[in-house]
Amino acid sequence: MSILVDENTTFIIQGITGREAVTMAREVLDYGSKLVGGVTPGRKGRDVHGVPVEDTVRALTERTRVDASVVSVPPGFAADAVLEAIDAGIKLVVVVTERIPRKQVAQFVEYAKQQGTRIIGPNCLGVISPGKSKVGGVGGANTERAFHPGRIGVMSRSGGMTVEIANSLSAAGLGVSTAVSIGGDAIIGSTYAELMPLFDADPDTHGIAIYSEPGGRAEYELADYMAQSGSKLPIVAFMAGRFMDEMPGMRFGHAGTIVEGKADTTAEKIANLEAAGISVAERIEDIPRLLRERLGETD
Amino acid sequence: MRFYEYEAKDLLRRHGVPLPQSRLAHTAEEAAAAAAELGPVVLKSQVLSGGRMKAGGVKFADTPDEAAAATTEILEIAINGLRPVGVLAEEKRTITQEYFAAVTYDGRAKLPVIIFSDMGGIDIEEVAEQHPEHLSRTHFSAARPFSDYIAKNAVAAVGVTGNDLNALTRIVASLARIFLQYDLTLAEINPIGRLDDGAILALDSHMDMEAEARRTHQALLKELGVDDDDNRQARPPTPFEIAAAQLDAADPRGVAGNLTEFDGNLGLIIGAGGGSLTLFDAVRQAGGHPANYCEIGGNPSVSKAAALTKLICEQPKVEKIAVMMNVVSNTRVDIVARGVIKGCIEAGFDPSEKIAIFRIPGSWEEEGFAILDRYGVDYVDRSVSMHEAAARAVAKMQA
Repeated sequence: MSILVDENTTFIIQGITGREAVTMAREVLDYGSKLVGGVTPGRKGRDVHGVPVEDTVRALTERTRVDASVVSVPPGFAADAVLEAIDAGIKLVVVVTERIPRKQVAQFVEYAKQQGTRIIGPNCLGVISPGKSKVGGVGGANTERAFHPGRIGVMSRSGGMTVEIANSLSAAGLGVSTAVSIGGDAIIGSTYAELMPLFDADPDTHGIAIYSEPGGRAEYELADYMAQSGSKLPIVAFMAGRFMDEMPGMRFGHAGTIVEGKADTTAEKIANLEAAGISVAERIEDIPRLLRERLGETD
Repeated sequence: MRFYEYEAKDLLRRHGVPLPQSRLAHTAEEAAAAAAELGPVVLKSQVLSGGRMKAGGVKFADTPDEAAAATTEILEIAINGLRPVGVLAEEKRTITQEYFAAVTYDGRAKLPVIIFSDMGGIDIEEVAEQHPEHLSRTHFSAARPFSDYIAKNAVAAVGVTGNDLNALTRIVASLARIFLQYDLTLAEINPIGRLDDGAILALDSHMDMEAEARRTHQALLKELGVDDDDNRQARPPTPFEIAAAQLDAADPRGVAGNLTEFDGNLGLIIGAGGGSLTLFDAVRQAGGHPANYCEIGGNPSVSKAAALTKLICEQPKVEKIAVMMNVVSNTRVDIVARGVIKGCIEAGFDPSEKIAIFRIPGSWEEEGFAILDRYGVDYVDRSVSMHEAAARAVAKMQA
């Protein structure tokens, strides 16, 4: 099994005629994903790599089942695109767009919750269940090399590091059940702790690898979840941006990555994760080894 | 983007929040004139940093002469490396009670939150830890127009009632509306003071506007006198950083910038967001000393990657550079390889000497590796981890 997306997931790309979206469309089709349509206002009747383009989301949802949408439109139009997808009844919206103002993210995340739609991102590369489907640009044109089907769930605040970690898990023979690039913004639709119940319910996920950074409280939320839920999944976390502990007020890497108080530092987060029984890897290549140890597979 | 206190107060004034009388002074003479007009004043350094009181950036003056002398002193004091742009001269009032109010986003609840306390003027993290009953957290919707009762709940939750409750509700509600209207990420008034005559005024304020929203609020920023290129960082940018920002802005294709200068000798060309953080740590973990942090991402052109490389190579302190990324999804390896080799040569260096390591696995890597081979540049593929690659670069620096 897997979470969020599988070989049956049908989806559309909003903003499909944009340069990066055209590349994404090519790559997801090559991967075998079920991309059933795209939306760019004013471009109805065209096609992108054989995928029909419509003016509105509703034009697509009225004639076919659409399980998910990837929003790849400029930041000024992104919140509107997300609301359009939600109102068309789409239940999974992956927001790739970077630099959406936080208020707009808070607004559409709140609305999505009321309507029962799950948001992934913003500022993410999407979701992949290796060998089945990918919804978003994660992995680029060489997805197969980094993402072997397997038994570790991956959640990462960095799109790039989603691929790097998957690559190390694949090289080590563990592989990936589903990898979710959760996004690098201060407010995101789905946090580690909110995705954990899905991984807990997936019999094919045996362990979890996460990538995290300074700023925000998502790691504390995950630690609380592990303490309260009785989840048995072993988790190995990698914490980047340790140098930022000494540089309060400076933003590096992602919009959500800044040290403003003690709780934002990597030192504090690492201590909290370890207290919750989550192993913290010093290097990326230590992640597979630590997972095997936690799974009782050391030789 | 952080506002100066006088700008934040300008916003508060526009929204009807009561404030003490004040004048912005850029010189000792202007401060003396303000004191002549206002009487005894408090003079506050206008600087984008906390810790003003401790650093000597806040002084009291009873006469114009004292105000002039204090202002001369304050204007000389840099706080956390930042110079003041002026001094705010504000009428001195007698305060009988201090409150704290802030509006920010709670990423965990994914909602804005009002933090209110009747123990203002001191470190709010300390209040939260030691006197939690004196602090309230009240979440509200960013999607609905703000309603005053939410501010009332926040104030009443710490036990405030009577006239103070009503006056504070108006101030906190205005603060929440300002927060939403101008896409702020922090709107804080600390302290809010109750004076001996019972009036309640905002005495100091800190506001941050989201960088992404600056364009939306251009009209306001213009009115406040904030220039487009006034980036309001936590420390002033260095010439190296300014040059990198300029070349990133000059070419819209991909990202090759976000450069922060450090005092080491190993130049870094690293990407993207998370990869840069990981690699910067990896270099330091291996005992290396980075000359800079930066980010390459998306699909920068050859000329853009070359310009960044040239800039980094030209810094006198940079002995070698390391070009490293995580396994990339859409950045083309061959384009970055071409760019860094071109930049090296343009700066007058032999790429095989200057580039300590090249580790970018991903699309078009065969083509990229072929180019690196031609110039004798040491490169590794994805079988060598980010941390191993960083360690190899650092080892070459020590050889």
